[in-house]
Amino acid sequence: MRGVIGIDLGSTTTKAIVLDEDGRVLGRGITNSRSNYDVACAVARNEALIDSRFNLFRSRAAFESVAAGARDGIMQRLELGFRREQYSGQLDDLQAACTEHLTGPRFSKVRDAAQGVLESSFATLRSETRALFSETGARRSNFFRDLAGSRLLEIMEPCCRERSVPFDLMMGLYDKSIIGVENHVPEVTFESNVMCAMGDALEGGSLDDIRSAALRAQLEDVARETLTEACVVGTGYGRARLPFPRENIRSEILCHGLGAHAMFPETRTVLDIGGQDTKAIQVDADGIVESFQMNDRCAAGCGRYLGYIADEMNMGVQDLGPMALRAKTPVKINSTCTVFAGAELRDRLAIGQRREDILGGLHRAMILRAMSLLARSGGIRDEFTFTGGVANNEAAVKALECLVQENYGERHLNISPDSIYTGALGAALFARRHAEGEKEVA
Amino acid sequence: MSRVADIVTTCEELYEDLEFSACRAWKEEAPGRHAIGYLPMWVPREIIHAAGMLPVGILGGGDKLEIIRGDAFFQSYICHLPRSVIELVLKGNLDFLDGCLFPSICDIVRNLSGMWQLLRPDTYVRYVDVPQNFEPDRGGRFFRTELRKLIDDLGGIAGRPVTDDALKHSIELYDENRRLIRELYDRRSAVPWLVPTSEVYLVQRAGMVLPVEAHNDLVREYLAAAEMDDRPERDNSRVVVSGAFCEQPPLDLIRTLERAGCYVVDDDFMLVNRWFAQDVARPGDPVDALVTAFLEQGIANPARYEPHAGTKGQDLIECVRRRDADGIIFAAPSFCDPALLERPMLQKAVEAAGIPSTAFKYSENTGQLQPIREQAGTFSDSVKLWSSV
Amino acid sequence: MTAPSVHKEPSMARQKEMISQHFKKLTTAHESGKKVVYTFVPGNLTELMLSFDCLPVHPEINALQSGMRKKSAGYIAEAERHGHSEDVCTYVKCDIGMLKKGNIGPTGEHIPPPDLLLLSYTGCFTFMKWFELLREEYDCPVAMLHVPYQGDGEITDDMREYVIRQLREDVIPKFEEVTGQAFDIDRLKDLLASSARAEDDLVTVLESAKHRPSPIDAYFGGVYYIGPIFTAFRGTREAEAYYRELREEVQERMRVGAGPITPEGPLEKERFRLVVEGPPNWTHFREFWRMFHEEGAVVVASTYTKVGGVYDRGFRHDPDRPFETLAEYCLGCYTNLNLPTRTDMISKYVEDYSADGFLINSIKSCNSFSAGQLLILREVEERTGIPGAFVETDLVDPRYFSASNVKNRLESYFQMLAQKQVQAS
Repeated sequence: MRGVIGIDLGSTTTKAIVLDEDGRVLGRGITNSRSNYDVACAVARNEALIDSRFNLFRSRAAFESVAAGARDGIMQRLELGFRREQYSGQLDDLQAACTEHLTGPRFSKVRDAAQGVLESSFATLRSETRALFSETGARRSNFFRDLAGSRLLEIMEPCCRERSVPFDLMMGLYDKSIIGVENHVPEVTFESNVMCAMGDALEGGSLDDIRSAALRAQLEDVARETLTEACVVGTGYGRARLPFPRENIRSEILCHGLGAHAMFPETRTVLDIGGQDTKAIQVDADGIVESFQMNDRCAAGCGRYLGYIADEMNMGVQDLGPMALRAKTPVKINSTCTVFAGAELRDRLAIGQRREDILGGLHRAMILRAMSLLARSGGIRDEFTFTGGVANNEAAVKALECLVQENYGERHLNISPDSIYTGALGAALFARRHAEGEKEVA
Repeated sequence: MSRVADIVTTCEELYEDLEFSACRAWKEEAPGRHAIGYLPMWVPREIIHAAGMLPVGILGGGDKLEIIRGDAFFQSYICHLPRSVIELVLKGNLDFLDGCLFPSICDIVRNLSGMWQLLRPDTYVRYVDVPQNFEPDRGGRFFRTELRKLIDDLGGIAGRPVTDDALKHSIELYDENRRLIRELYDRRSAVPWLVPTSEVYLVQRAGMVLPVEAHNDLVREYLAAAEMDDRPERDNSRVVVSGAFCEQPPLDLIRTLERAGCYVVDDDFMLVNRWFAQDVARPGDPVDALVTAFLEQGIANPARYEPHAGTKGQDLIECVRRRDADGIIFAAPSFCDPALLERPMLQKAVEAAGIPSTAFKYSENTGQLQPIREQAGTFSDSVKLWSSV
Repeated sequence: MTAPSVHKEPSMARQKEMISQHFKKLTTAHESGKKVVYTFVPGNLTELMLSFDCLPVHPEINALQSGMRKKSAGYIAEAERHGHSEDVCTYVKCDIGMLKKGNIGPTGEHIPPPDLLLLSYTGCFTFMKWFELLREEYDCPVAMLHVPYQGDGEITDDMREYVIRQLREDVIPKFEEVTGQAFDIDRLKDLLASSARAEDDLVTVLESAKHRPSPIDAYFGGVYYIGPIFTAFRGTREAEAYYRELREEVQERMRVGAGPITPEGPLEKERFRLVVEGPPNWTHFREFWRMFHEEGAVVVASTYTKVGGVYDRGFRHDPDRPFETLAEYCLGCYTNLNLPTRTDMISKYVEDYSADGFLINSIKSCNSFSAGQLLILREVEERTGIPGAFVETDLVDPRYFSASNVKNRLESYFQMLAQKQVQAS
């Protein structure tokens, strides 16, 4: 089948969206942006295509004829099994890369011992794979680095002690190797992975052999179906580095405007807070950008600011919002300067202010910056859509709601659970127009 | 509570009141009253007063005001004062003002006058372009017509002309005010533990929103009460603060300096109160009196051209000597062109004179005082050591 | 340099030669007995200086040249080592740094120290501090000309008189003292008459941008066009010849329907017509220009080309009123206009030049331009119904030019304009 793809190459994550011929979202993919944008782009695209195949499968008659109660279980096991196969492949790659790097001169004295550490650590890691991808497994994220990295190091540390290999050396080895693994595009082996996973998915299920066979056949069919990309449009912070022709690149402003419009057609004002910048966009009834403002040269108050704060507090960035929500009397923070954030934070902790209250104040300060930008772009009109990574942060949303109410009165605030895909969706919609041959001046 | 504490509390309430209730109340006391704002440095408040109006000092929003609209109008490399002024304008806190005067401090305040014209077209706006040529028949002549224009304009708003007698009377009242402030500064230098800078500051700030008559009473009362108080002398250093003439440091910063062991024995906060070292009043035309005072005895500051080579920093050095200070703290607002461009010249001069100094930047809403406390404390300790050898 | 194929207009060769001659004269000034006067572009008194046979040096021009020659970063660092704040104007720091490193000018030759510092304090507070700083470095007299600001958007009789009195009683006597020559009013009048002729041609050139397609770029190209008339050459025969030649070149392009010549080659297709407010960035001048060229964007009017005189609003030097005309010239420079006037001017440019958009290049160093620009942006948007673009750069501090950042904004802006054009058609 034919589809179009939109890719949003952000500073932190890269997102891709596949639209089918009717303009419906067929699949979504996301990966961390890493240093190599080409790879990030290819990985996100592959992920979106994988997701598309799952969705295609889900809509097949054979699957829809399965009892509703069983469907979710099958799909969940199928996807988990698939991820597990994918993960195992990446583990192999990582181990191979590590082994290869062992040949370096730094390991001349401990090569054999280090080889032993690797083998036993990877064996342990592999033995945990099934549990990790079980329905109850705790997975920090879907990115390979997050899933394998910290656990591998945890396992390695005692191993190193036992075999008298300096742990630092192995950490260095891991760092070097994971970059290599992340920076090459894994071969897409959808068919073999998914067929493997299907066995598990059907296990323990209540399906008879005939139905199971029908499902397998359908899955095979979907796996083999050719997905033709009629057009790919790229956007985002790193778009200039995409290997696309100029006419297939759109600014993220336009894409966010159109994407937000597609998600919430009544949108007139869009606020996007991403890793590197904040954008305030005004769109018309068709999602066409009327005016926009981006944060000035100073990145104060962007997503990255929260990253610094999280590092400073030794917390995960996703835990900041929940803690900030527990603020009783938020502290007034004057500086959203990323450079000074750490110092101000330490100052406040030193004088005994509660972490919750400081974080409450920090979230408000960050949203205050966004309010200024919104005012600069022409204010907040109804409806108002909030996108970007920070839109997932409840404390930021609460501060925004409060400030919007104080300054503009009642506004309908839209936040999509898929808000992180707004730019990619906009890009995909542009790709669709392009594919349909709509005359574009750009 | 002691009398001093009472007075200081009153002043602090005035300082913190961004609604300017005292000014609003003054306007409401009688029909047809007008209030005219002015930005830091110097404006001829005597003329506003002579027109029967209340001069209101607009010194920014301090560290309590949350900036939303103000930031929308200024890039990150512009100082903080205009943000809070615009915030106050757009929030309506300054809606009681019938006009505003903008002294020629720098390009930012100059352009702020134009922003006010665009944002508050209903009010009177005047850019007070003081002469940088101090010859009577050039700068003096120009300034006289400028002041006459202001007098005519304000007379027009008031609905009755400003008479020479009224202006003479106003000049006398402000001369009295300046005498009292000079006395305040002298007492602080003499007994800084009885007249701390945070209080001197607040008492001066009250003069930004009170009628001069009331402020004169207040300063007198404070001076009398402060001497009665029993407060211990500390082993502090004596410093002069330079560079804080426009955007104001937060009160907590001033307190931090004192806590860090510095007696501030002179400063350039609110220069409008001390612009002239002697009385302005003299026989004859009161406008001439203002012009002559401006040309001959305007206080040295970075916004005033220094016509003579080799004299840069001499006033500051003289001040350090007169106040028997141990050193200088150069405290300038971030992005303050006048203060920061002046600073290397002053530093060179004071260094040549063997006066120790330290420097930092702040903004009116600086929240991080710990580094300043450490810096000021270290400086204080080092200059005490220095002066004891 | 690494740019082998820079396209240039023929008149540029003439300008280059004029500048090179000027710097040659400067290096031999003391042998030839000419006096060297440092002064600023806005409100410059070139005709008066030339009537005393003085050779002007413009510290801002040296600074911008240093920026274009990639020398400014080192100079700025040098000034910061001498205690200058990172917050303040980089023209000043670049100039001070250049001085501290031996005062080697843009042509690689040593610039002689001044015999007179002529402080024309016009439209920029920093000028005053700048010359106070220079005075500390040189043992020479200073002539101060205080030009009042048009706070109410007009030049009053008192302002004019104040400036004239300073000219007569402070500035001219100082020139007589320094040069040993008596003031010659007839010579001044001749020079002023020549200025007016060149100014007529300049205005014709600037207004040619009303034509579609515009034969000039009134910002990036414009800074070359204003070069001679804003600096040492106003009032000279060379300047007259330059502007005559430039005018003919431009009129020829207009006749054949050609666009402006950019360093990347002629602009083939004019897609967007823009008005630009604010000075250019000099450290990445060509890169910045290329971002416009690539998108088919041409600047049809700019305010920066009015800092040394707003000639297109009718002002001409008038030999019959020599003092009045000098005073009015100083008072009328762009940065001496108040915000409402600037807003009117930009809005009018958008209309008169049929612009599709307008851009504010907000310069960190230059508060005179930058403070209040975001209000100008809003006002012009409201009055013209056209959204504006806003980018931030600096004059000569390369640390403050983020190419990807600027490009991102410009691209987004142009794509937005393109979408609007599609929608409108």
